[in-house]
Amino acid sequence: MRNQDLILVAKKCHVITAFRNTIGLPGHLSVRLQPNHPTDDPRGIAASMLDGLLYGSGDAVIGINPATDSIPALMDLYYLVDEVINQYEIPTQSCILTHVTNQIQLIEKGAPLDLVFQSIAGTEKANKSFGIDLAMLREAQSAALSLNRGTVKNESGGNNVMYFETGQGSVLSANANFGVDQQTCEARAYAIARHLSPLLTNTVVGFIGPEYLYDGKQIIRAGLEDHFCGKLLGVPLGCDVCYTNHAEADQDDMDTLMTLLATAGLTFIMGIPGADDIMLNYQTTSFHDALYLRKVLGLKPAPEFEQWLKKMQIMDEHGVVRAVTGQHHMLQNMPKHLLVAK
Amino acid sequence: MSDTDKPSLQQDPWYQLRRFTRARIALGRVGSSLPTKEVLDFGLSHAMARDAVHLPLDVDALEQSIQALDYQTLRVQSRIPDRASYLLRPDWGRRLHADSLAKLQALPKQPIDFLIVVGDGLSSLAVSRHVEPLLEAMKTYIPTEWNLGSVVIASQARVAIADEVAETLGAKMVAMLIGERPGLSSPDSLGVYLTFNPHVGCSDADRNCISNVRPEGLVYDAAAKKLLWLAKEALRLQVSGVALKDESDAVQIEVEDAPRLK
Repeated sequence: MRNQDLILVAKKCHVITAFRNTIGLPGHLSVRLQPNHPTDDPRGIAASMLDGLLYGSGDAVIGINPATDSIPALMDLYYLVDEVINQYEIPTQSCILTHVTNQIQLIEKGAPLDLVFQSIAGTEKANKSFGIDLAMLREAQSAALSLNRGTVKNESGGNNVMYFETGQGSVLSANANFGVDQQTCEARAYAIARHLSPLLTNTVVGFIGPEYLYDGKQIIRAGLEDHFCGKLLGVPLGCDVCYTNHAEADQDDMDTLMTLLATAGLTFIMGIPGADDIMLNYQTTSFHDALYLRKVLGLKPAPEFEQWLKKMQIMDEHGVVRAVTGQHHMLQNMPKHLLVAK
Repeated sequence: MSDTDKPSLQQDPWYQLRRFTRARIALGRVGSSLPTKEVLDFGLSHAMARDAVHLPLDVDALEQSIQALDYQTLRVQSRIPDRASYLLRPDWGRRLHADSLAKLQALPKQPIDFLIVVGDGLSSLAVSRHVEPLLEAMKTYIPTEWNLGSVVIASQARVAIADEVAETLGAKMVAMLIGERPGLSSPDSLGVYLTFNPHVGCSDADRNCISNVRPEGLVYDAAAKKLLWLAKEALRLQVSGVALKDESDAVQIEVEDAPRLK
């Protein structure tokens, strides 16, 4: 199949999921707000969150990649995002991207957890190298469902509580591909995802580095393949359109891929301040990029989130971001302890 | 188009929040797009990060600075012949060159409790800037009864080369200090990977990782403290990786809280 075939077929597949809003409706593009900070500084994270929300991002999830593996520090992050979501009554969900076993422990300790995250791959051996198996994922799913934190029901009357990340090359890099090509391994990962009814699944397409996807051309092709395979398998596929500094790629390649994927009906992209993730050390897509895609292709945020953006005077009735002044409600009502310098 | 319809630079009034993060927040916009200044600034940062990937490590200078801290040193090479191969063949970067393997095998055997390996990885800048101060900070926390052997400096190295080094030297545990992939705003992040019972074939699930060690990230003393907390726990539980949970912060809180409770 050529690139246009991958786009045309994927465009016909609609995968709709729900937690506190509805993700994946035709004509909509959601954004994962990724407010990472290299030392998990709560004020730094809050600042990036506010930046993203005021640019209309964050409907897919507010998802933090923590620098820490420490259980008490992770607990603080759950409370931080939960507080922001509650403070502004944002119809969205949070996620802390730590190992699934940490999240199970944190649920037991009472963490306000919305979505369970885990990286998954397309073979049992690769998943073992991630320290997971299917039983563990099912255990985490039922633990998250038992918290009953979702407010919007999906077509089958339930909530989608899982957030998965995948990416071509992970199986090969774990030396667990048994001679099978990267794309097939990736499609097998979506088969696992589908089994657990995720709210979101994210192919982190250029993160793995040049040994697996060498340059912009390969990253673009892989992104289109992943989206096609995921949607065909009924998975709510978004894409971290990204590259690392040791790959032969730049922001122009990202522009190309995000435009192609949004044309193909991509479920969500990443939103990071200025496309520069200062914790994971790679370049992805920005809040500005999301506005560009919504503008050029006429796409909207998740409907519940769009209503909220309008209510908060962040977006006007035509879906255009409004000018924000220092007197804006969100700037005036930020949880104060987050914004006072130590 | 009248003047009022022309897009002009819209500044973000939350600019002051930049003091809490180096993230590119409050960039402003023209229409909904990036201002030209920010586009140019991003391009410059990208070029600098690209340069950091290709800068070779000054091994002589590093070795001298490590020896000055009273650590013994050893040098080894991976199977990588040049930087281009390094980027394309991570499998070669995970294995010792035959000459280096022979060199380690020829050493007199001694039990090593905690082996330290230093690898250039994807940022030699991180290694040349942060390894010496981190090793110095670690001295405070390494139990005196532990035998460390030599600090092994591995060139053109990936994380897993430490497994082969440690297995060959018969070490119970290995800490790999390695340059992380350079970020746009941080070309010099050092990563530390701790593996108990290291051997060829260990996977990432067998390791504990401490990332972003540098003054603007996790400071040396905090990183050293965390690493040695994990190492002692790994030794006690005879395991590292996902089965070893980092609760070093909780321990610290308990200790700090204790006097107040009295």
